Amino acid sequence: MATPAPHNNIPVVQFSRVSKTFGDFRAVDNISFEIHRGEFFSMLGPSGCGKTTTLRLLAGFEEPDEDGGEVRLLGEMVNKKRPYERQISMVFQNYALFPHLSVERNVSFGLEQRKTPKGEIGERVRRALGMVRLKPEQFAQRMPAQLSGGQRQRVALARALVLEPTILLLDEPLGAIDLKLRKEMQLELKTLNKQLGITFVYVTHDQEEALTMSDRIAVMDHARVAQLGTPAEIYEHPRTGFVAKFIGESNFFEGRADARNGGHWTVRRADGGVFHVVDHPSLAPGKQVRISIRPECMDVWKPDAVPPGENAVEGTIRDVIYLGETMHLIVTLPGNEEVTIAVRNEGQLIKPLPWKRGDTAAVAWLPEDCQILEDD
Amino acid sequence: MAHVRERALAWLHRRPEAQAWSLLAPGGVWLLLFFLVPIVIMLVYSVMPRGIYGGVEPGFTLEHYRRFFDPLYLDILQRTFLWAVLCTLICLLLGYPVAYVIARGGRWKNLLLFLVVLPFWTSFLVRTFAMIFLMRDTGLINNWLLKLGLIQEPITMLYTPFAVMTGLVYGFLPFMILPIYASLEKLDLSLLEAAEVLGARPGARFRKVTLPLSMPGVVAGCLLVFIPALGSFLTSDLLGGAKQLMIGNLVQNQFSAARNWPFGSAASFIVMALVLASVMVYLRVRDRAPGGH
Repeated sequence: MATPAPHNNIPVVQFSRVSKTFGDFRAVDNISFEIHRGEFFSMLGPSGCGKTTTLRLLAGFEEPDEDGGEVRLLGEMVNKKRPYERQISMVFQNYALFPHLSVERNVSFGLEQRKTPKGEIGERVRRALGMVRLKPEQFAQRMPAQLSGGQRQRVALARALVLEPTILLLDEPLGAIDLKLRKEMQLELKTLNKQLGITFVYVTHDQEEALTMSDRIAVMDHARVAQLGTPAEIYEHPRTGFVAKFIGESNFFEGRADARNGGHWTVRRADGGVFHVVDHPSLAPGKQVRISIRPECMDVWKPDAVPPGENAVEGTIRDVIYLGETMHLIVTLPGNEEVTIAVRNEGQLIKPLPWKRGDTAAVAWLPEDCQILEDD
Repeated sequence: MAHVRERALAWLHRRPEAQAWSLLAPGGVWLLLFFLVPIVIMLVYSVMPRGIYGGVEPGFTLEHYRRFFDPLYLDILQRTFLWAVLCTLICLLLGYPVAYVIARGGRWKNLLLFLVVLPFWTSFLVRTFAMIFLMRDTGLINNWLLKLGLIQEPITMLYTPFAVMTGLVYGFLPFMILPIYASLEKLDLSLLEAAEVLGARPGARFRKVTLPLSMPGVVAGCLLVFIPALGSFLTSDLLGGAKQLMIGNLVQNQFSAARNWPFGSAASFIVMALVLASVMVYLRVRDRAPGGH
């Protein structure tokens, strides 16, 4: 593949107001984002959110609508360019290994198509197989049907990496392999990304996978980017209710902004109770407010022992769930809302939680831990 | 009665091999009776002296096999082979694109398949007669061409090799299309996308991925066309006249007009042996071809 463009400051990928419609269905709706050189960029969302179409637009399998914006690779507009005219490589969901070719011929396929000198091919194939930790002498001559799922996965990766692409697209490549191997591959992919300096664009519906590997994540919902940011930004400052719910667990509260008091606003709930949130530019008196709080940011107290300055709502413990590392307390609040509170497990045999089903308790959290949500 | 049935089923259940045999038996008996027995009879006839009014006389002779190696018959054999190969190639060239389009045909797929199979609804004999009406000097094709002023004189098509080849290709084309369609239909589209993303332009993509993966269909189609084309006699008889004899005509003739059953049988056996040999050579070549399975 051609050498990377010299302008290192140009984003490797630019989507500007890109739309793609199939019949009546708008699969990608006016999305814009940039991906930088060497980045591990994930597109995360439920099925039908448009992440796969976005990847296919990037690969060149789909063309944006007429007046459907621009896709740029290394600064060059590629809307009408076929996949074989782009400096990309791709790992497919089902691996898409050529069943009639040996491992070696699968990996050399792209090099042959791109007119790599014959003498170079053998060495590069061996190197690529080494990169994905497959012994060439053991695997080169095998047919795909003679490989396990994990091995096929590695061959597919080698076949894409051998081209030394500027951008590597990965379409849920770990979906079909078992959990332990998947964890291992996640770390390997991340390492390869950093070692080789290739930009990875990764599509997944698995939020944990995205958080583990990505430099940045675009959370997609209904054909749009709901939020784009680092894993910490996405997890700790979810912008919308969808993001808060899709990534990790969240508890939600609603109310109407009442008045500002120093650095805090008072928010009045429908049942008359109040809670406080930190000042936020979107707040105004009378405005409807929706907040989310992570389970690990909440605590459970005896109703009369809540520390001062914390928001508190009284409820009944519905369930205590043992998860090993943490304990989850499910608390039913007035109005039948439920919240989940995560507590570190300090050893139930030595220091058991002082709560059981049916206890009355107050759930409490700090105003600083409230995320004020925008509409989805 | 129900008791007997249950015991029989229980017995079968305990013996998987008996189960297999009971499923094989009806079709197997049929083939044994109507395929194997006649072949054995023919083999026996082919080494017996000829009876004067048809049939055979007691005795043993290899005369009929010797007789076949007369240049007259070898000529027919050679022509038959050439035509069968040519017919297979033309069917492949015409049929592959059709199969390709049908396999990618989306919502038209079923209609197109239906159209491919539609000719089988009428007898091959009738359809071949219809071709006579199309191709003869005063036939539809010549009439149109004359009326359009494209030709001044009718073009002689009927009773030429062209007519025979047209008829053969027409008759066997569906047998090429269907198996190729079946293998293209199974082709995983993501393989084509993978090829494209790896740098393969449409031509290379076809040569390196689509074609090799549809080879099982191509092989099946070629066999399904080549073998019956080699043995066909109706087309060459009706469209070729007496000048375009194929080996099938020779055999048919020996069994009917010439009343030389032993010679007809011997000719059949020689053709069978050649078909078997050429199919084996073909399969061997295919297995060795790069990219094959």
